[in-house]
Amino acid sequence: MLIFDRSREGRACASLFPRLPDDSHGLPGHLLRQTPPPLPEVTELDVVRHYTRLSQKNFSIDTHFYPLGSCTMKYNPKVANALARQPGFAAVHPLGTERFGQGTLSCLYELQDYLKTLTGMTAVSLSPAAGAQGEFCGVAMIRAYHEARNDHERNEILVPDAAHGTNPASAAMGGYHVREIPTNPDGDVDLDALKQAVGPKTAGIMLTNPSTLGVFEHRIPEIAALVHEAGGLLYYDGANLNAILGKVLPGDMGFDVIHLNLHKTFSTPHGGGGPGAGPVGVNARLQPFLPLPMVAKSESGYRWLTEYDCPQSIGRLSAFAGNIGVLLRAYVYIRLLGYRGLRRVAEYATLNANYLQRKLVEAGFDTAFPARRAAHEFILSVQRQKKEHHVTALDFAKRLLDYGFHAPTVYFPLLIPECLMIEPTETENKETLDAFADAMAAILKEAAEQPERLKQAPHHTPIRRLDEVRAARHPDLAWKPAPGAAPQR
Amino acid sequence: MPFIPHTEAEVRDMLAAIGAGSIDELFAEIPPELRCGELKNLPEALSEMAVCRLMEERAAENRSALCFAGAGAYEHYIPAAVWEIALRGEFYSAYTPYQAEASQGSLQVFYEYQSMMAGLMAMDVSNASLYDGASALGEAILMALRTNPDSRSRRVLLPRSLNPAYQRVARTLTRNQQVELVDLDYDRSLGRIAENALAAFEGEEFAAVVIPQPNYFGVLEEVDILADWAHRHGARSIAVVNPTAMALLKPPGEWGEHGADLACGEGQPLGIPLSAGGPYVGFLCSRQDFVHQLPGRLVGRTVDVDGRAGFTLALQPREQHIRRGKATSNICTNQGLMVTAATLYMALMGPKGLRGVAAACHANTSALLERLTRIEGVEPVFAAPFFHEAAIRLPRAADRVLAGLAERGILGGHVLSADYPELGDALLVCATETRNPEDIEFYAATLAEVLPC
Repeated sequence: MLIFDRSREGRACASLFPRLPDDSHGLPGHLLRQTPPPLPEVTELDVVRHYTRLSQKNFSIDTHFYPLGSCTMKYNPKVANALARQPGFAAVHPLGTERFGQGTLSCLYELQDYLKTLTGMTAVSLSPAAGAQGEFCGVAMIRAYHEARNDHERNEILVPDAAHGTNPASAAMGGYHVREIPTNPDGDVDLDALKQAVGPKTAGIMLTNPSTLGVFEHRIPEIAALVHEAGGLLYYDGANLNAILGKVLPGDMGFDVIHLNLHKTFSTPHGGGGPGAGPVGVNARLQPFLPLPMVAKSESGYRWLTEYDCPQSIGRLSAFAGNIGVLLRAYVYIRLLGYRGLRRVAEYATLNANYLQRKLVEAGFDTAFPARRAAHEFILSVQRQKKEHHVTALDFAKRLLDYGFHAPTVYFPLLIPECLMIEPTETENKETLDAFADAMAAILKEAAEQPERLKQAPHHTPIRRLDEVRAARHPDLAWKPAPGAAPQR
Repeated sequence: MPFIPHTEAEVRDMLAAIGAGSIDELFAEIPPELRCGELKNLPEALSEMAVCRLMEERAAENRSALCFAGAGAYEHYIPAAVWEIALRGEFYSAYTPYQAEASQGSLQVFYEYQSMMAGLMAMDVSNASLYDGASALGEAILMALRTNPDSRSRRVLLPRSLNPAYQRVARTLTRNQQVELVDLDYDRSLGRIAENALAAFEGEEFAAVVIPQPNYFGVLEEVDILADWAHRHGARSIAVVNPTAMALLKPPGEWGEHGADLACGEGQPLGIPLSAGGPYVGFLCSRQDFVHQLPGRLVGRTVDVDGRAGFTLALQPREQHIRRGKATSNICTNQGLMVTAATLYMALMGPKGLRGVAAACHANTSALLERLTRIEGVEPVFAAPFFHEAAIRLPRAADRVLAGLAERGILGGHVLSADYPELGDALLVCATETRNPEDIEFYAATLAEVLPC
């Protein structure tokens, strides 16, 4: 039942209405709306009950183990949220931040510093609103750098075939051709192929390390040397920084520009798909091109840097300064953990991943790279089970929901057939990992004995498998009032 | 150890199961020369209580202000139920709803948001959000070009009466896509797109026209004329609108003969706190025919194997995780929690409440303008009708006046001279429904005090 179905003409949350004359005096009639917008007419209780019940149809970190590979679904500390939402922070108008928001700016200034230290970069801008916007901005900075040197021949970005989809999409938005670099059987970038690919057309390469295959690209210094010698730059996709936080700095690996996902590594809530934050960091070569605004400190207090201060900036990505509320939560998280705690994130995320991988191998699953040490995530392939019992990775994922676990990421990376990408994060305890491994073992047994049980899963969720074909062929993307129900134009 | 559950005994057991002697051994594949030492220039861990103390002090360093600024972000009353519900852990700590059966809550909320937003805009479809209003415009421009392959032009007309921040972001986001953004000038006395500016483009080719409503100065544009003019020239029309205003003003889907092709803007007025500029929520609505060119997430309603209605991410082949380098955009997730809040806000306010807010904003800003222009030397800049913002001209340097007001706890508006030097000492002011007659009187009295200084 939709909120619109609960609507009754004449109902309303009257206590919320401003006690002011409802007038549109002086507004020209031809610019006015003729019929009221088709919003629901309901009471506050209707709203509270409807949406509270909807919330109960969600899996979430607060309610379920959520081992979604590449997404770092760790526990989001409640205090970070409570503090960032304080009226003192929430009420600041963006255009009054310098005069009325020095406290906010002090946190952002320090966060810029912390992130520089944690990544080994020279300068950081917090303005990108998400990882993908950070990527767009990194690619734009790479382009600005080459153009500033009158180097206009470089029109290619190299992207490993295991990369997140955002990497090629961001490169394309930056006006580049994307050239894929294959992966060798060990899960590393194929260096021979890379040697063939680099050259005067190479603007840069976009890498995740540990890669999306869940292994550390240990020949990264060679990759960096190859790309740099060809005149290209290295871009670090920070999606997997959780695995090496406080252990290895992207700057030390030779990266020129990076983005971070604060909603992953620094535990700001994912919110059902945003808001996140995707700050970018650069080394000295790229510093002039950073996006605006950034926070600077002066005698008289903190202030925003503008186009006047940074004439070579690639510009602005949002109307104001990015997702400040998210940045404040990340700031609190860093202060809670301190430098030792941040390093422990990588240690225990890696311990959990390797332990869970071992348990699943013992249960009879195949891992994609058995010879390699898992970073903070690892990949199973159920290709063998598909051949033997005609069950797919999707079937395993759906059946896991019945066992009370959110499914891992499926069918990514594209290189590994029938794969499940599992990232337990550091905040899960051993009992949870054991219970998940037991559930996976039980599903494996079901796959052999009653494969239909998997193919028809889930059985116990609020709804069962959806007709995706219908959703694609006959898209129903919005409720519309029934004809005649409301005056139509 | 903060947020680490492992006991020493468990760590030993787990390492034994893995066959490793220590946690450090798990990092053996990383070349030793790449390892960093302890990052001691980061702070030490604080207890929760100490962090609370720290952040309360920082919040106290922010000063509260009586807000008369708009310019793209608006202080509105946010009903208590909005964040009470939006911050339930089930919404707040969930991820993008890839697994539909485990995410019906968020999916239905997004579908309802899409429905409300499409209804408010009188458009066919809405996506499930973009980052903010300015980046939504950047995406809308790129989308308009994709939907207009017949146009040989890559030129887009961008009015100077559009929020300058939006103009800047649109330039950043389209710079490397061979798009030419062309200024469309405004009438100096009316503060809206100048008719002779349109005439200058007669007979020329361009792919899209951006039409703000209200515009940056708060002034109402002649949207019917503009939408029809764009249509006659084979160009797409992109509306950039304030969602609160749409409860009162003609929505984009009804502009001119055919309606606007796309509508985008900033959803912050719908229950999102100001929070120094973010996180906000960008919306983007379109005609049905263009749905395959929409960027971002879309939720569709379908049925499950038992015939029960359910919701799922729809038309994913538009997106980066499927189409990679050929996607409509690189956007991955968006602003889901803000969407949840906006949905709750719209459901609570309903058609009457939202109209009440819009009308109260208009009445308050009218009263503010009337009161301020009674002060010697203060005059309105533009003569055309406005919604809930207006530009006033001051007899002294606007930034000094603003500084004087700030000393007395008033955020008096936004200075226009940096972006519009031709307007002289002009200030953009706004009074939403949150201002009362005493606030307006206090502002006027304080301004009268500050002006002669």
